[in-house]
Amino acid sequence: MKGVNVEVTPLPGIGVRKDFALSSGRRVGVVTHRDGKTELIVSKADDPDACLASLPLTADEAGALANLLGAPQLVAQLTEEHRELPGINTKQLPIKSGSPYDGRTLGETAMRTRTGASVVAVMRAGQVHPSPNPDFTFTSGDLLVAVGTSEGLDSAAKILQHG
Amino acid sequence: MDHTALSLIELGAVFFTLGVLGRFAGKLGLSPIPLYLLGGLAFGQGGLIPLGGISAFTDVASEIGVVLLLLLLGLEYSAAELFTGLRRSWMAGIVDIVLNAAPGVAVALLLGWGPVGALAMGGITYISSSGIIAKVLGDLGRLGNRETPVVLSILVFEDLVMALYLPILTTILGGISFLGGLQAVGISLGVITVVLVVALKYGRYVSAIVDSENREVFLLKVFGTALLVAGVASAMQVSAAVGAFLLGIAISGSTAENATRLLEPLRDLFAAVFFVVFGLNTDPASVPPVLLWAVVLAVVSTLTKIGTGWWAARRAGIGRLGQARAGAALVARGEFSIVIAGFAVAAGAVEGELAALATAYVLLMAILGPIAARVVEPVARSLQRRGNRFSRAAEQPS
Repeated sequence: MKGVNVEVTPLPGIGVRKDFALSSGRRVGVVTHRDGKTELIVSKADDPDACLASLPLTADEAGALANLLGAPQLVAQLTEEHRELPGINTKQLPIKSGSPYDGRTLGETAMRTRTGASVVAVMRAGQVHPSPNPDFTFTSGDLLVAVGTSEGLDSAAKILQHG
Repeated sequence: MDHTALSLIELGAVFFTLGVLGRFAGKLGLSPIPLYLLGGLAFGQGGLIPLGGISAFTDVASEIGVVLLLLLLGLEYSAAELFTGLRRSWMAGIVDIVLNAAPGVAVALLLGWGPVGALAMGGITYISSSGIIAKVLGDLGRLGNRETPVVLSILVFEDLVMALYLPILTTILGGISFLGGLQAVGISLGVITVVLVVALKYGRYVSAIVDSENREVFLLKVFGTALLVAGVASAMQVSAAVGAFLLGIAISGSTAENATRLLEPLRDLFAAVFFVVFGLNTDPASVPPVLLWAVVLAVVSTLTKIGTGWWAARRAGIGRLGQARAGAALVARGEFSIVIAGFAVAAGAVEGELAALATAYVLLMAILGPIAARVVEPVARSLQRRGNRFSRAAEQPS
């Protein structure tokens, strides 16, 4: 991470606060309770000491939020790396609940054979799983980062949604 | 009706009433403690409904209530947290002692209660209620605020002070000779130091003794250990409550979390009995004569706590509104003021009026505290706005 200085403050009897100042001067971070609960905190604009919001998040919700924040970063980075190769795109493909591949493996999608697109990473609960093996099992909420041609990526998205 | 049936009916009625009162307090966003005290005043001696036959149970139960209150307080903190808290906030902690014990000491001396009464009243006005404050901070969504660690570290400091103060108080209340008192203070200081060091270095062994996979076994072991330690501490004149507090500190990690989860309902039950018994032993007729003093103490000690929080937050580089919030957050007094008053009254070394004053004072402060924490922001903002208007008006004389 460049230029982000995460401050870790113990809250005796409660847990830990981890936050950092944005370039706008506001703070954003989380309060992790000792029993594992997480709260997302955002400071007020006119009073940087106080919180505009402190939203309790379940583990699933925190994971989903982390995916939303992390995946575009990864895609932007890969797109940047592929800029010299015209025709190659990077795209995020979600495994929605109800997808036929929820609970099945990467190998079963036969993605590369059918579309030419490769899955280079899977984002799960804010964690990046790079170069997943064919036996990597998907679950709903996963975000796949795939590289390929525009057509290949479009049909990959259809496969993941409809089988 | 035989004795057992009567006792069961009386106990059932008391707990049921407390439950209804607690629910009412929850709806108003208040701490249930003042209502428990009122419940105790209403029952019993000189109250509306006299209770007989359950005092054998309630006396022991209220002792257990104090032990559990302090045990769970100890479980909340690890020894490492206490040490960092001590290092970071000792200056604010000392300001806190000086400013907030002073009103209690002064009133006790004015009322002619002597040095022992002054020691007890100083403790009563000094100690904030960490239970009420932690709950209010959570309810108001202030855990992520920058002034909150300042508030929490003051509370940690206060709790450590309690570990020293309670044994000293119990010895002096016991009327032991000066030399014997010094000896007891020496013993308690030694014990506290040893326990803190043991907790810091070997806490996991203490945890291992009480830990168990089985919930039932775990509950019995933790509860049994707490009572054993409390009993031994009490026999050594260190005060049962402090023994339990130190045990709580020594138990750490996931064992502490599980113990908290298991013991919380027991603590709520027995602590409720403790508050009721305190109210029961206070004659409602003795409250009105000291009410004026309670109001004076409430006003003065609200201001001194706000001053303490304001000063500590300012030193930590918090902005104006944050300083005001930190001050108001600390105002609530509750369970530990009653614990101190309970010791003082039980020892019989102070005037009976002290119990009445402490009851009235805690009633006021436990209600005033959460309200102060809530209204401080709008009030501080409007003051700030008015201040700005004045300064603008002064800048532009038309």
